[in-house]
Amino acid sequence: MSILILAEHDGKELSPVTLNVIGAATKIGGDIHILVCGKDCDSIAQAAASISSVSKVIKADNEVLEHHLAENIAPIIVDLAKDYTHVLAPATTFGKNILPRAAALLDVQQISDIIVIEDAETFKRPVYAGNAIATVKSSDSIKLITVRGTNFDPVEAAGGSASVEEYSVTASQDLSSFVSAELSESERPELTSAKVVVSGGRGVGSEEKFELIEQLADKLGGAVGASRAAVDAGYVPNDYQVGQTGKVVAPELYIAVGISGAIQHLAGMKDSKVIVAINRDEDAPIFSVADYGLVADLFDAVPELIEKL
Amino acid sequence: MKILVPIKRVVDYNVKIRVKSDQSGVDLANVKMSVNPFDEIAVEEAVRLKEAGKATEIVAVTIGPEKAQEQLRTAMAVGADRGILVQTDQPIDLGGVEPLAVAKTLKAIIEKESPDLVIMGKQSIDDDSNQTGQMLAALLGWAQGTFASKLEIEDSSAKVTREIDGGLETISVNLPAIVTTDLRLNEPRYAKLPDIMKAKKKQLDVLDPSELGFSYEPRLNVVSVSEPEERKGGIKVASVDELIEKLKNEAKVI
Ligand SMILES: Cc1cc2nc3c(=O)[nH]c(=O)nc-3n(C[C@H](O)[C@H](O)[C@H](O)COP(=O)(O)OP(=O)(O)OC[C@H]3O[C@@H](n4cnc5c(N)ncnc54)[C@H](O)[C@@H]3O)c2cc1C
Repeated sequence: MSILILAEHDGKELSPVTLNVIGAATKIGGDIHILVCGKDCDSIAQAAASISSVSKVIKADNEVLEHHLAENIAPIIVDLAKDYTHVLAPATTFGKNILPRAAALLDVQQISDIIVIEDAETFKRPVYAGNAIATVKSSDSIKLITVRGTNFDPVEAAGGSASVEEYSVTASQDLSSFVSAELSESERPELTSAKVVVSGGRGVGSEEKFELIEQLADKLGGAVGASRAAVDAGYVPNDYQVGQTGKVVAPELYIAVGISGAIQHLAGMKDSKVIVAINRDEDAPIFSVADYGLVADLFDAVPELIEKL
Repeated sequence: MKILVPIKRVVDYNVKIRVKSDQSGVDLANVKMSVNPFDEIAVEEAVRLKEAGKATEIVAVTIGPEKAQEQLRTAMAVGADRGILVQTDQPIDLGGVEPLAVAKTLKAIIEKESPDLVIMGKQSIDDDSNQTGQMLAALLGWAQGTFASKLEIEDSSAKVTREIDGGLETISVNLPAIVTTDLRLNEPRYAKLPDIMKAKKKQLDVLDPSELGFSYEPRLNVVSVSEPEERKGGIKVASVDELIEKLKNEAKVI
């Protein structure tokens, strides 16, 4: 077995989820190689080389790879894939954008968002917003898979000493180009790997009042999340959305404030260790998954909570 | 500009689905079916482009059972000009027509229809794969603008603002291209009764997959479909003080 992992990074650092994907690869077993694509990405390749259980890093360093356009990265995966039994990427917007493009070029039916590895060919994945779990067995000779990071323990970032090999990027496409990015800046922990997440919903009422959610998160050293309704209403940016079609989180503590608990929201947070719900409607579905439910007006309960913590 | 909009018949997003007791799949008998919500957004975007004078024709395409004609009629009631059904009795949620097969079928249709732009949902809410648009772009050798929250058509290109994990990213894609929709692209309208009536008269072509050279053999064998582990509800606390006490001493998470 030999596994190629598409590393995710932001040009400065490897994303933590890469360690979880490697964790998943160790469950399949075999040689683990990491593909780092980017511009001036040597330090990232070096960081990847020092991850435990990695035996080789392939570095594709070229200015056309700076913005991780799928049209440029997919052909590299296609070129390398013949030497591997599995190609893995995180089930993030990065991995979801690129891997299916490579899969189609390889004539492989990708397996998205796996949560359990049964054996080298058989995987479990959530379907229907997590309301059913499908066990699927692939008959493709190469398996292309995106991995849900929160379901696999990360490997150690240190302790390895893999070699770094250069991949020379031959052709660039002129199908697409990068224009601009508007990235959320935050001092808070990253949403998908935070130990504590405090999320607000439509009940919070406005962008200004969402500060209450942020204050509570800061008090607990946590990240801030939101329901789709809160994002749609413009209280917070899109990258805060937790759920079936947003981010999946599984922190030690998830506090849902003014969120009703639609199945699409639950799909993104029901694997949290402890769930707290604060909602003034005692029949809100969120209470059916909450370990601790507080029926209260959030504008009373949250300030009190902030004060007493 | 001609726009092709692939759509899918899926369980309505409000339905609480049930897994079949023999674990062979999800029970779809007598449940409400709808257009996949992301595809409604795709249709709406195409209609807005037509209303803005940028698009001239909108063709909705679906692969599914005979009844998927209903979803094509819905798309036509909202503004698609005609519909194409590639009819199959294979399951379209799990263990039947898979994303790669859908992408190949769409490619065959696109080669006949020659659209300038394809707008489609980023994922369908049944199998949640999020693959078809990217695969179709790959097979056609076209650019892809995935997870779009804004689409601006320029002369021979389009600017696509994408919802990514870190925030927003804008890219430019040469046309023809594949754009996949995210939730914030627009708010789909509801079809009005007169338009629903008019849609019944619009052209709807039914094709057999074999006419396009396909038979749908799944690559992924669905071994079983099971219920997720049920999360047990906990308790209600009476006050903030009690909540803090429980979190500290019982759950030990703060
Ligand atoms: C295709 C599709 C994908 C989707 N994807 C997602 C997703 O990824 N994530 C997601 O979250 N949703 C998603 N949704 C939307 C989902 O169906 C719900 O509409 C959404 O989660 C509702 O958000 P909410 O709970 O904040 O709002 P509401 O359902 O309106 O709930 C607001 C809650 O706040 C409570 N409340 C109001 N005021 C107060 C107060 N003062 N004090 C205390 N409580 C108060 C109310 O009792 C209510 O329970 C998706 C929907 C579709 C169709």
